[in-house]
Formats: sequence, structure tokens, C-alpha cells
Amino acid sequence: MMQEYFADLADFLTSLLSGNEISTCSFAAEDSDFVRLNRSAIRQAGSVSQRTLSCDLIEGLRHASGELTLSGDLALDRPRLAALLEQLREQLPYLPEDPHLLYATEVQSSEHLGDNHLPEDSGAVVSAVLDAGHGHDLVGVYAAGGIHSGFANSFGQRNWFSTYTYNLDWSLYLQADKAVKSRYAGFVWDPAEFSHKMDAAKAQLAGLAKPARTIEPGEYRVYLAPTALVEIVELLSWGGFGLKDHRTKQTTLLKMLEESLTLSPQVTLQENTADGVAANFQAAGFLKPDRVTLIEAGAFGECLVSPRSAKEYGVPTNGASSWEMPASLDLAAGTIPDSEVLRQLDTGVYINNLWYLNYSDRTACRITGMTRFATFWVEHGEIQAPLNVMRFDETLYRLLGDKLLGLTAERDFLLDPSTYHARSTSSFRGPGALVEGFLFTL
Amino acid sequence: MDDTSFQERFQRIAPRADFCSLRLVEERSQHVSVRQNIVQPVTSSEDRGAMLTVVDGGGLGYAATGDLSQEGLHQAAEHARAWAKRSAGHSVLDFSRLQLASPSGAYTTPVARPWASVPLGEKIDLLRRVCERLKTDGRIVDWEASLFYSEHETLYLTAEGGRTQQRLISLVPMLSATANAGSDTQIRTFGGRGFCRQGGLEVLDQTGFQAAAPRIAAEALQLLDAPNCPQDRMDVLLAPDQMMLQIHESIGHPLELDRILGDERNYAGTSFVTPDMFGSYRYGSDLLNITFDPTRVEEFASYGFDDDGQPAQRAYLIRHGVLQRGLGGLTSQARSGLPGVANSRAQSWNRPPIDRMANLNLEPGESSFEEMVAAVECGVYMQTNTSWSIDDSRNKFQFGCEWGRLIENGRLTSVVKNPNYRGVSATFWRNLKMVGNQLQVLGTPYCGKGEPNQVIRVGHAAPTCLFGEVEVFGGASA
Repeated sequence: MMQEYFADLADFLTSLLSGNEISTCSFAAEDSDFVRLNRSAIRQAGSVSQRTLSCDLIEGLRHASGELTLSGDLALDRPRLAALLEQLREQLPYLPEDPHLLYATEVQSSEHLGDNHLPEDSGAVVSAVLDAGHGHDLVGVYAAGGIHSGFANSFGQRNWFSTYTYNLDWSLYLQADKAVKSRYAGFVWDPAEFSHKMDAAKAQLAGLAKPARTIEPGEYRVYLAPTALVEIVELLSWGGFGLKDHRTKQTTLLKMLEESLTLSPQVTLQENTADGVAANFQAAGFLKPDRVTLIEAGAFGECLVSPRSAKEYGVPTNGASSWEMPASLDLAAGTIPDSEVLRQLDTGVYINNLWYLNYSDRTACRITGMTRFATFWVEHGEIQAPLNVMRFDETLYRLLGDKLLGLTAERDFLLDPSTYHARSTSSFRGPGALVEGFLFTL
Repeated sequence: MDDTSFQERFQRIAPRADFCSLRLVEERSQHVSVRQNIVQPVTSSEDRGAMLTVVDGGGLGYAATGDLSQEGLHQAAEHARAWAKRSAGHSVLDFSRLQLASPSGAYTTPVARPWASVPLGEKIDLLRRVCERLKTDGRIVDWEASLFYSEHETLYLTAEGGRTQQRLISLVPMLSATANAGSDTQIRTFGGRGFCRQGGLEVLDQTGFQAAAPRIAAEALQLLDAPNCPQDRMDVLLAPDQMMLQIHESIGHPLELDRILGDERNYAGTSFVTPDMFGSYRYGSDLLNITFDPTRVEEFASYGFDDDGQPAQRAYLIRHGVLQRGLGGLTSQARSGLPGVANSRAQSWNRPPIDRMANLNLEPGESSFEEMVAAVECGVYMQTNTSWSIDDSRNKFQFGCEWGRLIENGRLTSVVKNPNYRGVSATFWRNLKMVGNQLQVLGTPYCGKGEPNQVIRVGHAAPTCLFGEVEVFGGASA
């Protein structure tokens, strides 16, 4: 139904064009339930229904872009779309030709229709979550519903993507800042699987009851669980892989380009669209390849190239968004079995989560951040005590380079719980990492 | 915004409940940018929708929709009522205890030079001229000038006849110059996006936008040739465009009552501040005076009413270094029993209000810039935030700046790059040694928080400030 609505709008937009005008348009919509929880009670509960259409009116090399929030009712939305088109048409004479304009002209339509297996009543799921959290201090958010996106242009290309997901992102708190954070996300809510995850969180919570340990700043052997490593890899997405950042020397991986620095040969990172959950098309109508290898065996691979950068720098686009950021990150597995992690860590820090990462020296790809949630001090392969939060400051070339001891053989698949403006469809599939000489500074 | 018809529609669809409100938001914006002297795609946006909030039987529910027809609003009201019923008896608060206002009033940003008074072509020409002045050298490898303009209108109605209308107009000017030599790249900007303000095109003159371009380019080039910031414990003199980040992260967020109540523990974090500290805790030196002030008209997050309809008022949060009150709206005040402020704010129509900073300012002191420099034997003057990281209880922080300059024996000397410093909020502010007498009005368009996530506009006015005994260090790169 949503797909037909978008197709109708796209046809209507095309019907309004005159002369040599061309249009492209992108559509994003969601119908989501959001239930926010604190202290095993409901803080805020509600629903959001939103539809946004972005369109680009092109005449020769002149173009103007506009975005509208729509109602979902064609009778109301058609006149507003017509008004937007007229507004863009009025802007065109003021705009110079854009030498970097590039849009798909070869029609490549596609369709991905997700099946809706979500529970009909989010309230029932929330009741189950509250029941499971009874007697504990549970805080978090349940988000669920349909996510839709589409592309159309006046050449007749039509792309559609829909998915129906839930994402429960929660923490069980013991006291102050001592907590276990968990995620349960997917397409089919399985009460048994949820119960298993909740039981595992409760079991870890018991480990936080011991008196917390504080360590001195210095270098330590650490294990970064996939839920911690994802924070580092996601930070790299900000400015690491885009062609524009590379050509303007702003990439945080500059030393890989200019000084031929490498990471450990164990590190292979891909934008794996085929095995992710994000749409495989972008706002100018180009399709994404199944995979783009960003880092291969420690060496820089390919950049993500938006159509605009492609035109600017004279290389083919690989369907990247205008931000040239990956959406379906895939870090190759290593060889350390999960069951061996504590033994190989021996004495050091087991880090379940990292928090608030940022570059403290972009050129050197030096990253600072905090440990958070369930982080433990380990001795001789045995968890001894929870650790008070510590700040780290490390270059990527150390922590995923010469200090990387190994990656785990098993990998987690983590759906991004982010809901800024809209629910994210980004994901990370990756292992944990054993690192020596990891520098804590505060 | 045809508010009369919405008021009529709302009165027709408001369900029978203990309380019902409609918050209609319409934001029109335009982004104009010139990069490397080439005009980038001009983007215009019109975002509008409504949130219905229902309190019934002690529960609270909301529903947001872009369908503003009577039927669309009716459906949203029914969804909100259903959520109120589901949450009744299971909520963090019996919402029937909340004294939700039925306010009346209006607020509009004063504008001297409206955005629409200058044709698009002239705005582009202005940005082209400014952009060209950023490219002063072959080592400047990227450069950009842009303006983001927005008009944010809100109509807030309650079933009991409350009605407020607000129109907030703002401008975000941005400049950046990226300089490169081999494997070193240095970026200098126009205070990040810190010179954002409410108002029209007069903001450009107020902030010195056009004149700043050559200085920004020159300073980016200076940094390429500069040594790394030294590593030591010393004085730091922080310019207003770094002070705003310092205030934001290590005073603003820890004083949010919803963090103290635990709402944010799963995402944005908690706070080292506990309820018993209000009224007695020494947050900083006697020189530290922090106000919540949404009434300063040119500042980025000014308003007449918050999104719960509470009238905005200026209040001291910290006075002479002692913690007075927190940043909490009506709901947080009721839950905590603590005094707060009118700061329930939502990103837009599709997110519910939560505790937000609005304008959070450090009041000016009595020292001139020259007096503060003269008071330093060994230290670094730092400008413009570029890196920020702080722990989830807002205590252990590490911040980095774009540009630094050594202070030696009371004199500003050589430029240094990659200036960073770290500390602990609970002790850092007690080392505030001098406060400047010149306030600079700044802000940020991007403060993230909440589940579901929300990004919101925040203002911070601050003078240059001097701190003692700070752990300072530079970058890893030579």
C-alpha cells in the first residue's frame, strides 16, 4: 500500500514536468512504536507515523532540491508536491550550472518487500519486557514497526525497500554506573530467545556485585567484545572511507595513504550490502554493489564513492550516499574461539561496551573514548571484579595494527538502534578483538 | 500556519481524558553552500506534523502524525489515548498528579534583516565571494562557506483552551579551510558551527562572518607549520568557542534532571550529580555563575514557552560556585521534587519533549583578555572545539581544539597544533581562576540525547576563562 502511494506520487511528479525537465525523488517512511522504559516502568510510550519525500528538479546542469513531510493522503499531498515543484522551478534561473551533478540514467528498478511478522500489539511485548525486568532496575527503549524507502525518476526507474523490525535496547542496572547492556533486535519476536538474552544479562549482573576495581592509567591487555569493537568501526565511518575525504586529505586514514601504514593483516572490512538490512539504492538512483572492500588484509581497499564525488574526481560511483558512509559494515572473523577469550586474555580488562568515541588526533587516527557498562578486571582467565570507567586514547594503527593479538572466530550481527530523525537500518557484523598494550589515560 | 482551523479541528477530535494537547510544528529551512568556489545543491525543506498527547487514568501516551486532516488528528488522538491506557499503572509517575498548564501567549524571534529580503542569487554571490577568500594558498585543499536558515513555528493547544504560538528564526553560518602538507592535515573553522544564532541575515554582521575567511585560512596554514601542543600540567585559557563545549558537556548534561532520574542511563548516560547536592554542592570556584536563560533573544535556543507550555524564565543554576537547581521540566520536577526550569523540549513534532538545556550561559566576570594572559606563567590558549568525549556520568572528559597558542611569562607566543586537555568535571571547575568580561553568544545545532533519539538546538554564551592545573597534551602526529 505504501509502495503504491509512493509510485502514485512519483508518477504525479513526472506528469508535472515540462520541456527538458528531469526529476529524481527519494521517499522515506516509517510507522513506529516507541516505548521508553526506566526503573522497570514506562517513561514515555507512543507512536510516530512519518513520510518524507525529497526531490531534485533538473534542467540541463541546473538543479534544485526540496524535501517535504507528507500526510500519506494523496489528495492532500499532490497539491503540496506540485507547489514544491513550482518553488524549485522558480529557483532554477538563480542557480549556476552544477559541474558535479550526476544521476542515474540507465533504468535499474528493484524491489525488496519485507514480510511483517511483528507482534500486532507492541503493548504486549512491553508487558513481557516489564515482567522480565520485575525486581530489577531496567532502563531502555523498545522500537518497532515498518520502515520503507523508495526511489523514482522521470526515466521510469522505481526502487522499493521495506522491512519490519523491532529493536529492544536495554540495560539492567545494579547500582550507580554498574550495568549490563543488551540488545534484542530482528524480524520475529521470539519469547524464548528474549528470555535467554534476559537471563544472560541477569547472570552478568551478578558479576557486577563485587566491589569495583580501579586501575592506574597505563597499558593493559584487553578484550573488546563485538559490542565494543562496533563503536570503533562506526567511528571510522565518519570520515574514514569516503572518496571526498581521501582526495581532500581529510580522511582519518590519511597515514594509510601518505605513509603506507597498514593495520594487522587479520583486518578485512567490507561494506556488505548483500548481507545487511539497508536498502541497496541511493538518492540519485544508483544501485550499490553487493560488497565494497574498504580494508583488505590490513591495507586500504576501495573508497565509497558518491555520484557527486564520482563526477568531481572522474571515477565511477559505487552507489554510496552523499555522506559516503557505510551502512552494512562487515569485519571478517578471526580464529579465537569465544570459549578461549578469557583464557587468552589471561590478565587484563574485558570490555563489553565503549562510549563517546571521538578522534583526539584525526591525522594520526588517534581515538579517545570511555569504557562503559559491564567491563571487568580479569586475572588468570577469571573475572575478578567490575572495573570503574576508564578513558582510553589509542591510534587505530596500534589497536587494530601491531597490538592486535587476534579476532574471535564467532561474530555478532548488531542492528543499529539509532533513531535520530528515523529508525536506522544500519548494521555491523563482526568479531571481538584481543589487544595488548591498550592505553588507558584517565 | 493556519492556526484557527487547527484549533477548531483539535477541539472536535480531542478525546475525553484527563488532559489532551496538540503540538503542531512546521519548519521551513534552506541550505545554501559554496565549496571550492562551486555552488553546491541548494536544498529547501518543509517539515510539518503534529503530536497529540493524552493523559488518562494516570498514564501518558503520545502519537505523532504528518496527516493534519481532522481524520488524521483523530486517529493520532486515539493512538495516544490507547498508549495512555496501556501505560496507566505501569509508569514512572502517576501523570494525573502532574499540573499541566493551559498557557496563553506568543513569542517571535526579532529579525532585522529577513532571509527572504535577499534574493537567492545574492546569497549565492555573497557565499562565492567569501569562499574565494578562503583559498589563499596551494596548501588549502578544501574550503567551504555555507548558510543554513530555518523558521520553526509551533502551535501548542490544550483541550482546556490553552494556546501558545511561537516562531523561532535562526541562521547557522559556517566556514572551513582545510590545509594539507604530506600526511598532516589541519582544519580551521568559523567556531565549528558555533556562531549559530536566532535572527535573520543580520547575524552575519553580528558575528563577523565575511571578515573571518582570510583569518581562518591563514590559521589553517599556521597550524601546518606549528609544533604539537606540549604535554604538561599547566594553565589553560579557553576561548568562548571552546568554553561553550566545556559548559555543555560538563555542566549542562550533568545537571539535567532526567539524567539524574535515570531516564538516559541506557543511552546518553547518567550524572555524577545526585539530588542531595542541590543547594549546597560546590561545583566550581566563587567565579562560576551559570544561568539558564531562554530569554536572551539573539541566542540560539531562546523561546517564550517550552513544549509543555511552561513560560520561559531566566534562573541561576550555579551561583558563586554553588549548585542551585537542575535542568528539569514539569515532569522531572514532579518526579524528583526538585526545582527546575522550563526546558521540556522536543526536536520536532515526531518526538516527545524531554529535559533540554536551551540557553546555558556562563556569566561574565571582571577580567580583560590581556589581564588573563598576563596572569599566566606557563599555559596554552585554545580556540574552537574539534573533539569531545566524556564519560557517561559526565565526569572524566577529554576535549581537543583546532588552534592553540602558548602563553609564556604573561605573553602569547608561538602557535601549537592539536591542543588537547583532559580532566574531571567534579574538580575542573574549582580551578576556574579568572573569568573574562566580554561575553560571546554561541551555540550548537547538534545536541543529541533521548530514546528515541533527538537532536536539538542549544545556545551557550560565555567569556574567555582561565583554569589552573590542567593536564594538557598534543597530537600523536608530528
